Amino acid sequence: MGSRKGFFTDTTLCIGCKACEVACKQWNQLPDDGFHFTGMSYDQTAHLGASTWRHVAFVERPVPLQGQTSGAGDFSWLMMSDVCKHCQRAACLEACPTGAIVRTEFDTVYVQPDVCNGCGYCVSACPFGVIDRREDDGRAWKCTLCYDRIGDDQTPACAKACPTASIQYGDLDELHARAESRVRTLHQQGVTDAYLYGKDAENQPGTGGLNAFFLLLDKPEVYNLPPDPVVPTKKALRSWASVAMGAVGMVAVAMGAVAFGREGRG
Amino acid sequence: MPGLGITFGRGGATTFQQDLQHSDCILIQGSNMAECHPVGFQWVMEAKARGAKVIHVDPRYTRTSAVADLYAPIRVGTDIAFLGGLIHYVLEHERYFRDYVVQYTNAATLIREDFVDTEDLEGLFSGFQAKHHRYDIHTWQYEGVPGVVPAAGHKELTDEPGAGGGGHESQVDLRNEHRDETLQHPRCAFQLLKRHFSRYTPKVVSQVCGVDEALFLQVAETLCANSNPERTSAFCYAVGWTQHSVGVQYIRTAAILQLLLGNIGRPGGGILALRGHASIQGSTDIPTLYNLLPGYLPMPHAEATVGLEHYIRDNKSGSGWWSEFPKYAVSLLKAWFGDKATKDNDYLFSHLPRLTGNHSHMQTVADMADGKLQGYFVMGENPAVGSMNGALQRKGLRHLDWLVVRDFTLIETAEFWRTAPEVQSGQVRPEDIPTEVFFFPAAAHTEKDGSFTNTQRLLQWHHKAVEPAGDTRSELHFAWHLGRKLRRLYAGSSDAKDAPLLDLTWDYPTHGPHAEPSAEAVLKEINGYTVADGKLVDGFTALKDDGSTACGCWIYSGCYKDGVNQAARRKPAQQQTWVAPEWGWAWPANRRMLYNRASADVDGKPWSERKRYVWWDAGEKKWTGEDVPDFIADRPPEYRPPEGATGLATLAGNDPFLLQADGKGWLFAPSGMLDGPLPTHYEPMESVVSNPLYAQQCNPTREEWRRKDNPYHRAWGDPRYPYLVTTYRLTEHHTAGGMSRWLSWLSELQPEMFCEISPELAREKGLKNGDWCTLATARGDLECRALVTERIRPLKVKGRQVHQIGLPYHWGVTGRVRGEGANELTAFVADQNVDIQESKVFTADLRAGRMRSGERAAAGAAPPPLTEPEVPRDVTPPQDTDHSEAQEPEGKG
Repeated sequence: MGSRKGFFTDTTLCIGCKACEVACKQWNQLPDDGFHFTGMSYDQTAHLGASTWRHVAFVERPVPLQGQTSGAGDFSWLMMSDVCKHCQRAACLEACPTGAIVRTEFDTVYVQPDVCNGCGYCVSACPFGVIDRREDDGRAWKCTLCYDRIGDDQTPACAKACPTASIQYGDLDELHARAESRVRTLHQQGVTDAYLYGKDAENQPGTGGLNAFFLLLDKPEVYNLPPDPVVPTKKALRSWASVAMGAVGMVAVAMGAVAFGREGRG
Repeated sequence: MPGLGITFGRGGATTFQQDLQHSDCILIQGSNMAECHPVGFQWVMEAKARGAKVIHVDPRYTRTSAVADLYAPIRVGTDIAFLGGLIHYVLEHERYFRDYVVQYTNAATLIREDFVDTEDLEGLFSGFQAKHHRYDIHTWQYEGVPGVVPAAGHKELTDEPGAGGGGHESQVDLRNEHRDETLQHPRCAFQLLKRHFSRYTPKVVSQVCGVDEALFLQVAETLCANSNPERTSAFCYAVGWTQHSVGVQYIRTAAILQLLLGNIGRPGGGILALRGHASIQGSTDIPTLYNLLPGYLPMPHAEATVGLEHYIRDNKSGSGWWSEFPKYAVSLLKAWFGDKATKDNDYLFSHLPRLTGNHSHMQTVADMADGKLQGYFVMGENPAVGSMNGALQRKGLRHLDWLVVRDFTLIETAEFWRTAPEVQSGQVRPEDIPTEVFFFPAAAHTEKDGSFTNTQRLLQWHHKAVEPAGDTRSELHFAWHLGRKLRRLYAGSSDAKDAPLLDLTWDYPTHGPHAEPSAEAVLKEINGYTVADGKLVDGFTALKDDGSTACGCWIYSGCYKDGVNQAARRKPAQQQTWVAPEWGWAWPANRRMLYNRASADVDGKPWSERKRYVWWDAGEKKWTGEDVPDFIADRPPEYRPPEGATGLATLAGNDPFLLQADGKGWLFAPSGMLDGPLPTHYEPMESVVSNPLYAQQCNPTREEWRRKDNPYHRAWGDPRYPYLVTTYRLTEHHTAGGMSRWLSWLSELQPEMFCEISPELAREKGLKNGDWCTLATARGDLECRALVTERIRPLKVKGRQVHQIGLPYHWGVTGRVRGEGANELTAFVADQNVDIQESKVFTADLRAGRMRSGERAAAGAAPPPLTEPEVPRDVTPPQDTDHSEAQEPEGKG
């Protein structure tokens, strides 16, 4: 049994080189996603998908960067390498009817391709839009957190390739400590916008916290992340309660109809 | 890199990337380091994490700007004005490092009385010969020194007096040099510098560069506050500085600034010349340049250089390290010609090729287009996409008898006869092209042994991991077997012209099924050995001028020290100091930081505890420290050359720039630069404004190719071409695309050619983000998508709005992803110092929509006529005869 592993992605260190995207594709031998010019800054792969397990977002925003003096006016360019969050409460895993999606000994979420039947329930369940089915074989694919590397004590390909330590891999406890210290440092340097996204259940109750969490400088929506993601099953209790209340109501109506109906007819 | 070579002595980065972590301020200009050197950029981020200020000065807000503390946008092509403004600030506010400047630079040296500065000659220095577009440099010399002070550190400028050309005196006696260490004499280099840059005030900088004055002052203040005995600042540049018609002087300006601030040879300081490919530094050390032999020894001239003695007399310096020149020249000849090279036959010096003129890339292609060349080898390059005026490149290829292309795939240069834009437009028909093309598939670096010499002069060995597939072979295999086959063809010939080929030592051992030559045997020859017993030498100090040693490249001598391939060392960082002397091997003598004697004061003590690096150990009587000291190991700081000293004995204990004839860093360059002893702002060949500083519009010594297939725009304000364009690379692709456009994982990340324009220009042109647009110059045109972005800002220059267009240059007509090449727009024009093209700035037109004609001036198309009169680029109009010569097809380059 390994310890709990995850990623801490510090977007303030990202230089948008996309080495993570390429290293991921190379290690996992993923196909290209087509050659499409998007016009969205330098982002040409657009989003995570069945064949893109790391994706670098480029955000050109009309807001100055805290701590930067720039002749470019009220403008800054944010970059973030996005990835599967390996949620503590993983919607994909909960939705999977075949047991193809499992939690590993590293506390990561893994899709077993030989079990997946391509039903796609996980795709609609994921609150981040991470997991996706591949057109050609219909099965669902996403980041494995390099299950085939970390078991061998190797760093996942993306973190290994990242030249600026924007992507840090390790034990979750250690990553949490490092991330909190980094936020403190940034705050001391005047970058008070810095905060952690999805660090734990307290930080993000809807997912129970993310094993792959982020340091951001703006609202999650700016990076195309949901502000308040909630896994569907989180609402199950309330749903069942509503169902129960509905059922009770229906029974009451039915019983009432029988009881008072008879009276009325007579 | 004469900008660094002339100023400091060696044409290489003065420091190494890992050292950036110790910088207190890093100024990145002429480079988009985060995008083009992302791995090295980790040390910038490390410095930033330690509290350093990162400054980015660039026409575009790039991925480097995105993480900088300070970003200053400037008009493309105005870096000398910006840096000159910083020099002005440093001098005006007395922020220079006085002890360093007095002791380690030529600030105190007096210059001849007849020297006249640009201030008095409308932008020219004294000695300009308008007819030849050249300077006579005699008035730039040190006072009291007979003859020309040799630019000893760097010998690229081979036909200049004192630097290897034509029987000029170089045994200069520098002891009579006049100095004023109070720096008050009006003719000392320091005062000349001050006067020269006096007009580069913040206001002028703002007007020329289009940068906000307050922002410029903040850059200046940040730089100065982080440059003193306790703190150091580093500069990083790349081809954003070199690829200009006055590019070498861009680098000179930065070098002067770093000397004034005392940042050279000190940890966290220096100038990093970021090289664009895996072994570009190596390709000038063991050169692919036409005018150099290995180790920066000049190529002899056909007319001027008679024999070895003459060659040595021309190039040997009487003082400084280049007094050792004969040892390196003779050892090179012994390495190449072996036992055949003897003292009696001048070590077969006569076998070396001779220069008959300019044989640089663009001149060669121009000659090809004129039918003067029969054959051409293209290896590791894709000139049909990556070189200036792509259509003229291809015109050259069309006029060859044969062309050899070695690459991974059928790149545009191999397919020019079939897929070129002018073929597709019908201007040229394949059946009219006589060139026979031979394509040789090349092995990748993983498929062969060899070394890379990177940005920081570091040799790193790579071992073959897999056998090359099919017919692919290494360059070494190709070159060696070609030589072997040629030698077989000429075997037995008694013709004198065949002797150089037959007399070569060509005996590397081979192995494997394809008789692959041993790359390690080549490296051993480069290291050098004693001829009698073949024993490998420890370094260049062991080389002799009597034929008893052989060495393929003196600056690399020591790379196989102790019989160990030093370049193959890979000791992990955790097991050694941060300098990591046991990872690979750096020239010279495994020194990671050059001129590091300057990290200590005149007495040999560190300038400060915080910045200690190399110092004099009085007890042991030697220099010691973190790195291999870049100094004569046992020469005490108080040593002063005695009367009558020659050679290395002339180097004083306070002369950290060993390769300079006077041991000093050159604020003022008395020789070595073709376009002036001090940098001066000139506008690019094609600009949108007249030169705001001088009547002289462009670099007076620029290299032009005035020919119909290479038309230029009006010097400034051409109504046909109103916008400034700059070209560049993206992280996702590699140069002309030969290594990336065929790879899906990279191609999907940047699949299409685009231009970057500001929202203001887009509005003016009716363009929306993602729309198609057409760019045109007199050379050709192209279609691409418009990427509308705030990262490109219009600037105010001379009271008017100037639009700049950004253009990546990776795409061509073959590959997984295709697009039109930026070099369809560029022209042949160069800095004469180095024959490097001006591809970073030119003018063009932009139109909405897909309006490409596909026609090229180099295939006969005529550009639209100029409706306004041409404006002169030079204050002294060229004489009529000159002008008519310039119109001839061969050009004046």
